[in-house]
Amino acid sequence: MKFTLSWLKDYLETDAGLEEIVERLNMIGLEVEEVTNRADRLKPFRIAKVLEAEQHPNADRLRVLKVDTGEGDPIQIVCGAPNARAGLVGVLGKPGDYVPGLDVTLSVGKIRDVESFGMMCSERELELSDEHTGIIDLPGDAPVGMAYAEWAGLDEPVIEISLTPNRPDCTGVYGIARDLAAAGLGTLKERSHEQIRGSYACPVGVTLDFGDTKPMCKAFGLRMVKGVKNGPSPKWLQDRLTAIGLRPINILVDITNYITFDQGRPLHVFDADKVKGNLVVRRGKAGETLEGLNGKSYELDDTICVISDDNGVESLGGILGGEPSGCTEETVNVLIESALWDEDAIAATGRKLGVNTDARYRFERGVDPDYMMPGLEYATRMVLDLTGGEPSEAIQAGSVPDHSNIVDFPYSEIKRLSGVDVTTAEANVTLKALGFWISGAGDTVKVAAPSWRPDIEGKADIVEEVVRIIGLDRVPLTPLPRIGTVGQKVLTPGQIRRDKARRALAVRGFNEAVTWSFIAKEHAEHFGGGNAALALANPISTEMSDMRPSLLPGLLLAAQRNADRGFGDVALFEVGQVFLDDTPEGQKTVAAGVRRGTAKMMGAGRHWSGASDDVDVFDAKADAEAALAAIGAPVEKLQVYTDAPDTFHPGRSGCLKLGPKNTLAVFGEIHPRTLATLDVEGPVVGFEIFLDALPQPKSKGGRSKGALNASHLMPVRRDFAFLVSKDISAETLLKAARGAEKSLIADVTLFDIYQGQGVPEDQKSVAIDVLLQPRQKTLTDEEIDAVAKKIVANVEKATGGVLRG
Amino acid sequence: MSNLDTLESDLLAAIEGAETETALEEVRVQSLGKKGKISEQMKTLGKMTPDERQVMGPALNGLKAKITDAIAARKEVLAAAALESRLASEKVDVTLPLRPSPADTGRIHPVSQVIDELTAIFADMGFSIAEGPDIETDELNFTALNFPEGHPAREMHDTFFFNEKEDGERLLLRTHTSPVQIRTMRNQEPPIRVIIPGRTYRCDSDQTHTPMFHQVEGLVIDKESHFGHLKWVLQEFCKAFFEVDDIKMRFRPSFFPFTEPSMEVDIQCDRSGGEVKIGEGEGWLEILGCGMVHPNVIRNCGLDPDVYQGFAWGMGIDRIAMLKYGMPDLRAFFDADVRWIQHYGFRPLDLPTLFGGLSS
Repeated sequence: MKFTLSWLKDYLETDAGLEEIVERLNMIGLEVEEVTNRADRLKPFRIAKVLEAEQHPNADRLRVLKVDTGEGDPIQIVCGAPNARAGLVGVLGKPGDYVPGLDVTLSVGKIRDVESFGMMCSERELELSDEHTGIIDLPGDAPVGMAYAEWAGLDEPVIEISLTPNRPDCTGVYGIARDLAAAGLGTLKERSHEQIRGSYACPVGVTLDFGDTKPMCKAFGLRMVKGVKNGPSPKWLQDRLTAIGLRPINILVDITNYITFDQGRPLHVFDADKVKGNLVVRRGKAGETLEGLNGKSYELDDTICVISDDNGVESLGGILGGEPSGCTEETVNVLIESALWDEDAIAATGRKLGVNTDARYRFERGVDPDYMMPGLEYATRMVLDLTGGEPSEAIQAGSVPDHSNIVDFPYSEIKRLSGVDVTTAEANVTLKALGFWISGAGDTVKVAAPSWRPDIEGKADIVEEVVRIIGLDRVPLTPLPRIGTVGQKVLTPGQIRRDKARRALAVRGFNEAVTWSFIAKEHAEHFGGGNAALALANPISTEMSDMRPSLLPGLLLAAQRNADRGFGDVALFEVGQVFLDDTPEGQKTVAAGVRRGTAKMMGAGRHWSGASDDVDVFDAKADAEAALAAIGAPVEKLQVYTDAPDTFHPGRSGCLKLGPKNTLAVFGEIHPRTLATLDVEGPVVGFEIFLDALPQPKSKGGRSKGALNASHLMPVRRDFAFLVSKDISAETLLKAARGAEKSLIADVTLFDIYQGQGVPEDQKSVAIDVLLQPRQKTLTDEEIDAVAKKIVANVEKATGGVLRG
Repeated sequence: MSNLDTLESDLLAAIEGAETETALEEVRVQSLGKKGKISEQMKTLGKMTPDERQVMGPALNGLKAKITDAIAARKEVLAAAALESRLASEKVDVTLPLRPSPADTGRIHPVSQVIDELTAIFADMGFSIAEGPDIETDELNFTALNFPEGHPAREMHDTFFFNEKEDGERLLLRTHTSPVQIRTMRNQEPPIRVIIPGRTYRCDSDQTHTPMFHQVEGLVIDKESHFGHLKWVLQEFCKAFFEVDDIKMRFRPSFFPFTEPSMEVDIQCDRSGGEVKIGEGEGWLEILGCGMVHPNVIRNCGLDPDVYQGFAWGMGIDRIAMLKYGMPDLRAFFDADVRWIQHYGFRPLDLPTLFGGLSS
């Protein structure tokens, strides 16, 4: 919503300066976006008169002008405008002046061998309008040499406020003045519109015809004015419209635009001679079309409200007039419409057709219903004053609905919600200044909002009005009482897990990334997602179309982006949500990471202490285990399975499970096919940890860690080497060794794997170091031998291997 | 006796002359070994007369002791020299650079760190952390929050939708974290004090907007909390978060469907230099929206707005991170450029606390 300072002062008697007005607008909730003054940019441009206009010797379309600038000798200018002629008074820019519409600073130029010392400007070049068919052509008596902006009345602040959708009353200058007056910034100059008596009945009738469907128009006021003399608007009216960025068209149309901004009341004018028969306001029909005043054509249907006559559809009710029945300078008889449209219907139609107009903006927010007929009177008055003519009686179809909403308002509500003390008298003065009606006495009164405030529903709204106007800074800071004394644990177990996983991975050298929750459909499908319920209906791009089933695609692409920038050895992780279905339960929390190139935990790339190898499956496994340990998973109880998803290398990947069905993590080298699908280059390894999958630990009674059971007896180590089949997993062998004598075996370490000379082709040698920890007494050789025999027997039984001699 | 004197001086000279432990050992063997010169002399004692023995015995024993001591002393000198020399040969160039340790290269994303900072501040004021799903219903994202169907306020949200289901329901990506207010109020008895951080989505993308961003919302519901408390909470939060002693704030009336009265909040800032300084200067910077929870919203959660009341506020996590830590471009938050993460990220063990300072 834009307006000029002088326009505001039409309705606000005030001594306040611009700065104070802007400050107060902000403080009462009418946020000022920008204050501009077009004169600032146009300062150097002056009125100048063309003395001579000769044909350019070397160009048919150019003329060489001698221009009187008001001081010194006339200057020479080369000009291509078709209307450049001797005697024209226009606007001159000289070398050094910045032309905003062209975004250039003028300099002395030579055009086809003729020197030019400036430029006669068009309106578009000065950003006054879109007009560019010729240079500005001012009245002959415009004072040569004067600053153009000053003469043209452009030297005025234009204030733009960003209106919240609840304030239709401030879509007009009058409403803004009323708010400022209520806030003590001056006195509102009350509007009043005399009722104009028509000398004849309105010859065109109007009916609202919605059958048994929901009416899209509540009421409709109409009046004819005969014998008008239309034409360009007077300068003051044109100036006001151009100041706020509207293009003057002709008096009749300009009046409707003016009242739209002056009162927040959109109107429409029909050329009565182009209207055939009576007007019917109804739903559109499939197949109907309308040529809009904006030059576009619209296909209509029964969700769209139209005004029609015997010729067909003439207007999109409340949104856009039609070209065929529009008013032109030749219009002699005019029909003025002031109607009350259904807010939802306007919003739906506007959305459907993609039309944004000043009328739609106001009607969908809700115009003052009680101002429908006064608005018609106001428009009629202006038409009569500016074009003459003979008015008919005004007619009205439908009826303005009763909008009154009387609220029982206890004054104590102000203190309860806002914490500020306001006297009854102050509250009353404030509300009355805003147009509220108050009845009764005592602690609770009856309050009704004025017709222009559809946003006021109940007590809280009334509190807001009082507090907004008296000033939010009057509300005292009030400490929120502490609950208890020492702060309590506030994080859920899930939140704690995420934090721990995050910090554990960062400690391992990972950089945390935050990648999009939506990824390309192809990638989602590749990672087991892509189901229809998780596809966006209106994605912003095909790269961001489906909710991610895994964090890996986003991280892999991110790793590749870094590689493309020259940083190929990266370790990235993310802790975030994945989507298995569209329910809240289908949203899972995952910690995932990728390592690319040689980005191992202890460093990447070459180094004097030893170059890093390419990342491998064990890097990913170590990361997964470390993060699981950090979130409290019983790492010693985890089992390694080899059935990782097929996005991983089938022979170099695994799952960490707690029992055969509960997968806590997957890890491995990324499958070459996956890399190809994502267009990512390896080597890359990755892992995902399913944070929700870890069962909550059973709550223990106390926090005690129990006594330390450290034996005073020396531990004993024994080494064993077994020859086993290549396919036997280390896990199988270790489990067998550990289980041989649980009371003595404290630890089993696998320290060597060997295949090659001396070992049969399909076998491998596995060497383990067993730590025996006696608890009662020192072990005898016989006891140690007995345990060793058990270990060998157990391992041989479990693996089918033999002790290596 | 002169023989012995000569022997002594010869042996001592040999000991002094031994340059290595091996040479010294040779001297020991030659003097004190079984066939050494002193040992040979000792053997002659048996053939001597008692008188001769009386003299030669102590003399020989004295010589033996003297030589033994001299060898031991020399041995120590040689051992010390050998150690010196070994150590000298073991010298390395300690200026060789190390590989950085993983805890030094790892980084926490600023969004995570700022959420931890928010948690530290609000936990101290008795708030817990509430969360909800990203995929929401129209009811929770809009209707229950008092956005009427077809209202322009809905359109301002640029919502991402999923396809309509057979039963006509159309899910969406939450446009704000406010649906979690509803979930919390419907599932938890007042008094309620929560903050709600999380991902939010709007189909908007330009210099200052990304289709995904982070919001944090606060909600207090009880029987007495009013706008004065809200002002205090936000003031205390801003001081704590921006780590300044004082900060001027400006509350401007505004409109949100789910609060009434509604306010936007500006904080004092200085833009005169290249960067924005919070808590200084004469300028204002819009930072958050807030208000008293709308009676309709309280009612939609099954509570009586004449009994229960409270306030809510919301702001962009990415935005306050940018203001505090000076990132110029929101889009870089989601690009995972390691140079950016290294520069703007946080060290893994720098856990924000109130007792240790949020960022120091």
